[in-house]
Parts: sequence; structure tokens; C-alpha cells
Amino acid sequence: MIYLHLLLRFFRIGLFTIGGGYAMLPLMQHEIEANNWITSQEFVDIIAIAEMTPGPIAINAATFIGYRVAGVLGSIVATTAIVLPSLLIILLLSRVLAKYQGHRIVKSLFAGIRPVVAGLILSAAWFIIAAVFLPVQLENGAAAPVDYASIIIAAVAFFLVYKFKLDPIKVIIMAGIAGLVIF
Amino acid sequence: MDWKLCRQLFSSWFKIGLFTFGGGYAMLPMIEKEVIERRGWASDEEIMDIFALSQSLPGAIAINSSIFIGYRLAGAAGAVAAAVGVVMPSLLVIMGIAAFFVSFKENKVITAAFTGIRAAVVGLVAAAAVRITRSNCRSAAAGLLALASLLISVFTDIHAMWVILAGGLIGVAINIRKPGVEEQ
Repeated sequence: MIYLHLLLRFFRIGLFTIGGGYAMLPLMQHEIEANNWITSQEFVDIIAIAEMTPGPIAINAATFIGYRVAGVLGSIVATTAIVLPSLLIILLLSRVLAKYQGHRIVKSLFAGIRPVVAGLILSAAWFIIAAVFLPVQLENGAAAPVDYASIIIAAVAFFLVYKFKLDPIKVIIMAGIAGLVIF
Repeated sequence: MDWKLCRQLFSSWFKIGLFTFGGGYAMLPMIEKEVIERRGWASDEEIMDIFALSQSLPGAIAINSSIFIGYRLAGAAGAVAAAVGVVMPSLLVIMGIAAFFVSFKENKVITAAFTGIRAAVVGLVAAAAVRITRSNCRSAAAGLLALASLLISVFTDIHAMWVILAGGLIGVAINIRKPGVEEQ
């Protein structure tokens, strides 16, 4: 049965990827090819759409593939299946954690972990900056022109949130409107 | 079961899901605003613990974080409410696109708006990253750890999970003998 098949496949993808949604994409591609769900060109298109639409990338991709394979119910099954391992593991782990939360080893552990995660978040910010602003090579070998409008939007967004504590949701809506006007 | 809290968890995480463009830490600005500032569900330090665990466990970081926070506030029902909330915008938007979509990528209006949004997300994530780093790195040792993890992550292919584990072990080595371990 197609739904059970989707459930098992996406459960496995959810279970065996550590490190966030991007790590899931290669596994999804593997499953897609193994099961002939969609063409690899369609998968590339789905990733592009997943990046442009709200929500975590992996969830978007799972929803899309589920829909293509088995309609509305398929997309619900795929999405549920990819979230289910997280839910089960965290429910189990949270009980254990609650028990040892106050222990000095656990406290020292997290005292070391927090700055490391801060560094990881900074690197994530760097990767996003690089992906959007670093000049890409065009097909003819020349560098693409620097996109000043995008740099200005990013800088304005930074200051509105960092200095003036504006709601990021408002900034996103304004940026969407600015994009319509400029690009 | 606390229905009101579950409803709040659902609606807050729905909002976070709806305005997150991109993957990974692109949702950080929204979590900061909604979970830390507006609802007061976690502190700057607690959110780092949750991110560390979320990144070291199977699954997407946004989903794992929502489940951790939901569970802590309202048990298993809270975990489900938060997870369903953060996933729901994807389900609705993607099903809509999959059903009616022909040339989403070629749509000039959508790509123009998205180009603006993508640029803004850069600024938003940078702002949230700087702020959360400042509030979590108040000592020289913590600053060094953050710098080391930034450099490792940018210049090597070492998996984040190992970097987090190493940070934890260093934390234990430094702090275990200190009385009243709080934060570095």
C-alpha cells in the first residue's frame, strides 16, 4: 500500500539524518531514485520551491513529494512520518533530561556547549550571507554584477531588528513589498 | 491537559513556520521574537541548550526545537501541538502549490518578492546570531569556544554534532570543580 510505503520511507529519512533539514535532502534523493517517485529534474524544482516557500526545507520537500506520489493524504503521511522520529526520541529523552537537569556534570556540559552553538549559529549566518551575496560565476566565466539592492535590504533589515527591535515578521513583509517594487 | 497553553504553542509555532524562509537557523529571528521575547517560554541560555540537542538528534532543527519547547511547557500534548503548528504552514502552502502550480519559478511577481525576502532574511539571521552570541559568551573562554566552533564550521567538514560534543567535554573539564556552576 502506497501510504504505508511512504510512511516507512519518510520515517527512515527522519530517523537517520542528524544535523537538520539540509542533511535530509540527499537521503530523499536516494529514496526518490530508488522508488521512481518523481524525476530528478522535478526534485531540483522542488528544492527551489521549498527554499522559496515558508517552512523548514525538509518538511516542504516531504510534503511536495508526498503530494506528487499520493495526493493530499500522501503529503500528510509523508510530513507526519518525517516528524515522527523526532517526536518519539525527544519525548523519551526529555524525561531523562528532566531527571538530571540540575546535576553539575550536565550543567558544566551545557556551559561548554552554549558558546559552541553560538559559533555554529554565526557560521550559519555566514553561509547565508555567502550564498546570497558572494558573486557567482556566470556561464560565460564572468562574475555576476554585485546586487546592491539586496545588500541594502539586508543591511536595513539588520538594523531594524538589531537596533530598533522591530518584529522580524514585519521586516519580512516589508522586504517582500520592497522586492516587488525593486526587482 | 492545558488546552489554552497548547493553543498558544500551536499558534506561536504556526507563525514561526509561516515566516521562516530557508532551512536550519533561518527560523532563529522568529523563535527569538516569539518564544523568548513575546511568550517568555525560554531564556537565551535555554534556547542554546535546545538548539544543541536539536542539532545532535535526528530530524530538522526547527521541528526538534518546537517539540522540546512544547514538551517542556505542556507535556506530550504540548509537543504535538507545537510540532503540528510548525509543520502546518508547509503543508497548506505546498499542497496549494503542488495542486495548482505550473510555473512557480517563472512567476515574476513571486520571484521579485522572494528576492527581497531572501535579502532581508540574511540581515535578520545575522542580527539574531550576533545578539544570541553576545548573551551567551560573557567570558573570554566562552568567546574562544565560539570562535573555534565558527572557524571549524566554516573551514572544515566536521559534523556539528562532534563540535557540540567537544564543547561539552571542554565545559566539563573547565567547570566541574567550580562551586555553583552556572554559566561561563
